[in-house]
Amino acid sequence: MNHTPFVKIALAQLAHARSGDKADWVDFGLFAWNEAGYRIIEREVTATKVQAHFAPWIAGQVDAWPLPNMLALKFVLHGALQGGGARNLRLDNLGKAMGAALLRMEIELSPEEFEQVQKSPRRGWWPEASLRT
Amino acid sequence: MTQSIRIGSGLGFYGDNWEPVVASTERGQVQYIASDHLAELTLAILQKDRQRDPSLGYARDVVPMLLRLWPLMQPRGVRFVCNAGGLNPMSAARAVQTALATQGWHPRIAVVSGDDVLTPLQTPDSRFDHLMNGAQVTSVRERLVFGNAYLGAQPIVDALGQGADIVITGRVADAALFLGPLVHGLGWKLADAATPDDFNRLAQGLTVGHLLECSGQGSGGNFGSQGHWQQIPDLAHIGYPIAEVLADGTAFITKAPGTGGLINFDTVRQQLLYEVHNPHAYFSPDVVLDMGQIELRDEGEHRVRVTGALGRAPTDQLKVVAGFRDGFKAEVSWGFSWPDAWDKVQAAEAMIRSQLKERHMRFDELFVEYPGLNSAHGPLAPMPSAAQLNQRAEIWVRMVLRTPSKAAADGFGRLFPWMALSGPAYTCGFQGLNSTSELLGIWPTLIPRHRVSAQMEILEPCA
Repeated sequence: MNHTPFVKIALAQLAHARSGDKADWVDFGLFAWNEAGYRIIEREVTATKVQAHFAPWIAGQVDAWPLPNMLALKFVLHGALQGGGARNLRLDNLGKAMGAALLRMEIELSPEEFEQVQKSPRRGWWPEASLRT
Repeated sequence: MTQSIRIGSGLGFYGDNWEPVVASTERGQVQYIASDHLAELTLAILQKDRQRDPSLGYARDVVPMLLRLWPLMQPRGVRFVCNAGGLNPMSAARAVQTALATQGWHPRIAVVSGDDVLTPLQTPDSRFDHLMNGAQVTSVRERLVFGNAYLGAQPIVDALGQGADIVITGRVADAALFLGPLVHGLGWKLADAATPDDFNRLAQGLTVGHLLECSGQGSGGNFGSQGHWQQIPDLAHIGYPIAEVLADGTAFITKAPGTGGLINFDTVRQQLLYEVHNPHAYFSPDVVLDMGQIELRDEGEHRVRVTGALGRAPTDQLKVVAGFRDGFKAEVSWGFSWPDAWDKVQAAEAMIRSQLKERHMRFDELFVEYPGLNSAHGPLAPMPSAAQLNQRAEIWVRMVLRTPSKAAADGFGRLFPWMALSGPAYTCGFQGLNSTSELLGIWPTLIPRHRVSAQMEILEPCA
């Protein structure tokens, strides 16, 4: 047997995210579209891995909390804004686009798991129910 | 006791759009609108206004907003709570009163103040360590320009109890703008809250406030995803979120009929975790919220049921956000076209660095980013090779100087113009000849509750 045990995908393929700022910390809500996706992100997207993902850019500590009640993970990245929004020299001084930077992170899962996530419906009500637009 | 209350979201920041609030008022069957004009940094902007003119220092958009909304609110009995007072709630209230009076409208206006704690912060014997990194305030004390405590919902409850139609506050916890009307209208215990039920109801109210305090971000706006967001209908006519809250704290998030946007499990939870750190200890002056058991359930179109917020007693400290002068920046942006655009950008940057050195200009940092390439995601953005970049039609560079010296900041833009005729060719769009601005550091800290006294007064009717 010669098959690939894992596939690599960007988090954007199974989750959505919003970032916010408080002083020098950027926080992320990361949300799986469905239960199958939540099982994957809970396993794969740890504080250590998020820290490693941002390490080429921001060296700060990462805190994480799982929220299975809303199929979500909460992350806080310290030292993310050059000291805070009103002294940050970046165009994105409040880290508004950093949620998308999190969605760039690559994770590994088996092809069966990926298929399961893709064929599971979104939990939320949407005007036209389909997983991908 | 009232069975339920409907409260609508006002603005989510100073400069936000109030047309969606018209829809909520006319078609949303709301009894209250609560409007959050103050982001963490807004007081820094208002402080600059107040420096120029002591009668300013508030979010001035509240005046045209109420000129538009009050004639719609008044006949429907809708009451309005906002923190547009900023650093100067009395001036804001007078400005609103005067403007409405010119139209023959005379609402009862309440003013909430007492959040200004700059004086205790400046007192040398006080300790106000940085909330996040523990640094001592002595390092910035001389440079503080504002400091405001986040007040709770009690003065808003008092104002509504005294019949205020419009309540204008300075800095209060954003969610307190919503919790105040809920406590008032549903008869919840606040100062005398004691039982788990009392605190759980307040926690539900805080959750509602948090879901509504960012206007369209709670109803499908700014929805961060790859794909999916295109299915959110008609953002140009978005309806801001409205909460229907029952006396037991059960809440339903919805919006006005005929508006755009989307209220569902996904859009509501994206807002629920926004700017939350530990979700099991979300602090506010009125209750500490644990989100760990919250259940969000879609109940048909644009209707999400929210239950399960757990509350416990607040601490004896209030959060303060202070700002201090933190040097200057000056920024330049400039475009370079094919051919060799990348090499030309690098050459220009090297010439600027050597000029900074030769002229002995004082600076802490020269920050460089390339809009279109890496300004959103820094080193996490995929970067083409130099050879590929040299083939690009154009490359933009943004250089920002951080310096303690205003003179150095003022001189930065003037390092560039000679290059137009004597530097690399094919450039366009130079900006930043005069672009100095002052930077502000943010100092979050805590203050014992007993050192802050919230005040509420009803404005005398104008003559």
